[in-house]
Amino acid sequence: MAEGARVVSLLTTSKLTKYFGDTHAVDHVDFTVREGEVLALIGSNGAGKTTLVNVISGLLQPDSGTIRFQEADITGASIHEKIARGIARSFQLVNLFDQLSALDNIALSVFSRQGKTRRLFALADADTEVRDEATGVLEQFGLLPKARVLAGGLSQGERKLLDVAVAYSLRPKLLFLDEPTSGVSTREKAPIMDIITQVVRAGGITAVIIEHDMDVVFTYCPRIIAMHQGAILADGTPDEIRNNEQVTANMLGTHRHA
Amino acid sequence: MSALPLPPARVLRWVGPLLLALVALPWVVEPYQTTLFSYGLVMAIAALGFNLLLGYTGLLSFGHSAYFGAGAYAVALIVKYLKVSSLEILIVGGILASAAISALFGFLCVRYTKIFFGILTLALSQVLWSLAFKFFWVTGGSDGLRVPTPSLLGTHIAPGEDKMTYLAHRYYYYVLAIFLACTAIMWVIVHSPFGKALQAIRDNETRAEFVGVQVWHYRWVAFLVSGTYTGLAGALWVPLNGLTTPDILHWTFSGEIVFFTVLGGFGTFAGPIVGAIVFNYLKTFAVGYTVYWQMFLGVVLVTMVMALPTGIMGMVARLTQKWRRAPAS
Amino acid sequence: MDTLIVHVLTSLLYASVLFLIAGGLSLIYGVMRIVNLAHGMLYAFGAFVSAWAVGLMATRWPVAALYTLLPLGALAAAGLGAIIEPTLLRPFYKRAEEYQLLVTFGLLLILADLMRLLWGPYPLSASQLYESLGSMTIGDTIYPNYNLVVIAVGILAAVGMWAFVYKTQFGVVLRATSQNMRMASALGINVNRVYIQAFTLGCFMAGLGGAIIVPSQGAVLDMGVDALIMAFVVVVIGGLGSLEGALVGAVLVGVVREIGITFFPEVELAVLYLMAAVVLMVRPAGLFGRP
Repeated sequence: MAEGARVVSLLTTSKLTKYFGDTHAVDHVDFTVREGEVLALIGSNGAGKTTLVNVISGLLQPDSGTIRFQEADITGASIHEKIARGIARSFQLVNLFDQLSALDNIALSVFSRQGKTRRLFALADADTEVRDEATGVLEQFGLLPKARVLAGGLSQGERKLLDVAVAYSLRPKLLFLDEPTSGVSTREKAPIMDIITQVVRAGGITAVIIEHDMDVVFTYCPRIIAMHQGAILADGTPDEIRNNEQVTANMLGTHRHA
Repeated sequence: MSALPLPPARVLRWVGPLLLALVALPWVVEPYQTTLFSYGLVMAIAALGFNLLLGYTGLLSFGHSAYFGAGAYAVALIVKYLKVSSLEILIVGGILASAAISALFGFLCVRYTKIFFGILTLALSQVLWSLAFKFFWVTGGSDGLRVPTPSLLGTHIAPGEDKMTYLAHRYYYYVLAIFLACTAIMWVIVHSPFGKALQAIRDNETRAEFVGVQVWHYRWVAFLVSGTYTGLAGALWVPLNGLTTPDILHWTFSGEIVFFTVLGGFGTFAGPIVGAIVFNYLKTFAVGYTVYWQMFLGVVLVTMVMALPTGIMGMVARLTQKWRRAPAS
Repeated sequence: MDTLIVHVLTSLLYASVLFLIAGGLSLIYGVMRIVNLAHGMLYAFGAFVSAWAVGLMATRWPVAALYTLLPLGALAAAGLGAIIEPTLLRPFYKRAEEYQLLVTFGLLLILADLMRLLWGPYPLSASQLYESLGSMTIGDTIYPNYNLVVIAVGILAAVGMWAFVYKTQFGVVLRATSQNMRMASALGINVNRVYIQAFTLGCFMAGLGGAIIVPSQGAVLDMGVDALIMAFVVVVIGGLGSLEGALVGAVLVGVVREIGITFFPEVELAVLYLMAAVVLMVRPAGLFGRP
């Protein structure tokens, strides 16, 4: 994003609310994502981060409030509609097609995006255009050597990357990444985040990353939104967040960081 | 990387001799054996259809007798009311009838998962079964409907010709040709982008939705194809049997379809074919051996699921892997 | 008015039996998260055992004494359940649901032929128990007194189950295990024992359903599958895993069935499936179920 360029708002939520019983998992959240941003969504467990993403991405329906994406109201839209508009997500607990190869996992995304999954009488492997694109994505994510391995047989770090790659292959405008480095050893976190941020920047994708590891957050994300008990507590640069007393009181104190 | 998903060369080596054996069969064995094998081929077509839902889409249906029966009764009713004797027309009728029923039943069932899906398919097939009795003046009730030998591609059975020989020769080749075509078509379908989408749905329904695959649409199409294949099998079965009765609409027949698919191995493409053919012989033996062959099947099914869940082809795959590794060790 | 009373009683009769079968199914699912496709066979088994016992003693005992044989069906079904759970079901708790369905389907095939082997292909009856209680007149209709017994048993069972699940120590253990199996195990509860007890209880209920209905309808080989399907309609409506749901669902199905039989005999079955389909679409968890 060029300095001084017009800031375009990609996604805006207005008083978005989701209850679970009596609990406000998401409490009247006003949240804006600007085009080209890479922002982190932080908060302690139960703060509402994943629920917010679940509501925006369509896994859950909001109880009240609106969601606008590129000037269109998508509050009640289905998952399918949201994907068609360009919103994709990865999952905290890896969600892959375990009995398909890594290549097939990506290829499926590509086939779906191109509307080719309707074809019954064509051989999937004969479509070189899709295969080449899938191979390219695997290469970008450093997974090419594992192309033929079944997703269920990959290591945790590889699975986390593949999970993101599958969402990325939908060529979304807005990508939600739900804890892309959770469950992965500290050594592996930086390489994974490097790949992700590289791919996201190269593709001009706007990314919202849910993260618990504050080192990752401060290193990779120029904008941070902190949530607490379903509401947004603070919104700013890493420095602003670090110096925000409420945030440090509620959250940073509970995290170990250098 | 090779583009076409053909089986590896060591498997392809078998295809030639196998085809040769299939073609030569009527000349080598007595007519009874050829006809018995034809039954196996017909059931194999049903199994291929059934496994599109089970092995590739992850849906276990307990009501596939409905589509087999739809195809069979369509043939019998067309013969009865329209006096048609051309097998080609009868097959088209069977396909249309089973497609219509599977479209409707599929629409009702695919919104639901696993156990509810299973019971709903069972219940709907039982409704059809009870209708066969209710409308006995149309369907012949428990006596069923007789179907005379139809004409194949215009050639009729000669007045004095022995029916058994006719079945063992011309009908066998007819069924064989359709079986081979069905196998080839299903092979393409499961290796198509659509087939990959089905497998994705099987593996992770949520993620499939999140890559833009509208799960229940795809399940419905799979259901439609599956039911139509099974209906085609039903249509081919009737002239072989000479008669169709409500038994093939009953849940016990659905159970047989489940059984032989699991027997052969529902995780592989060829498993259901092998299972159907083996089952055909197993049942013939069991029925001749005891009145309680259903219990025998139940015991075998339970044993299989406990000890050999990947079925015959799964076991074959494991054994061949061991043999290939043995020389090196 | 009188015909209304008869219709209400008939609905309750059907509801009583359905509650026993569906309640058993729901209880098992609620605690163990498994669905036994052969559950209807346990209902049939209970019916056959009771009818057989009655038939055996019919010439030697007075009719009044024969009533004591009815519970045998429930006990036999419970016993069968106690054998089935550890041998056939336990190996599959950790495996994919397809395998559970397949193994219980195999069990269904086995039990179907087992009953044919034990008691032959013809129905067994215990109608003397039905007739000996006589009947009463409601308006113009003669209504069998035995049916009231069935309704009474159904009500007793509902109350008994409620008390058992909510008022006893075992009930607490049952509910704890059903809500969080791992936690219950961590607290020292022997989950395997709870499972076998829950399963046995569920089978007991199904067997009891068969036992009390057999004097009125006899024991027929196909009764198991029909019962399974109806029990499923009930749990779809009431919610899988909920006893209250099984009760409400059973009453609803009983009423709708009665209305259907009276006014639209041809489409009775279709109306029930339609009801189930509507509930599945509007509230997939059922009225009382956990999503």
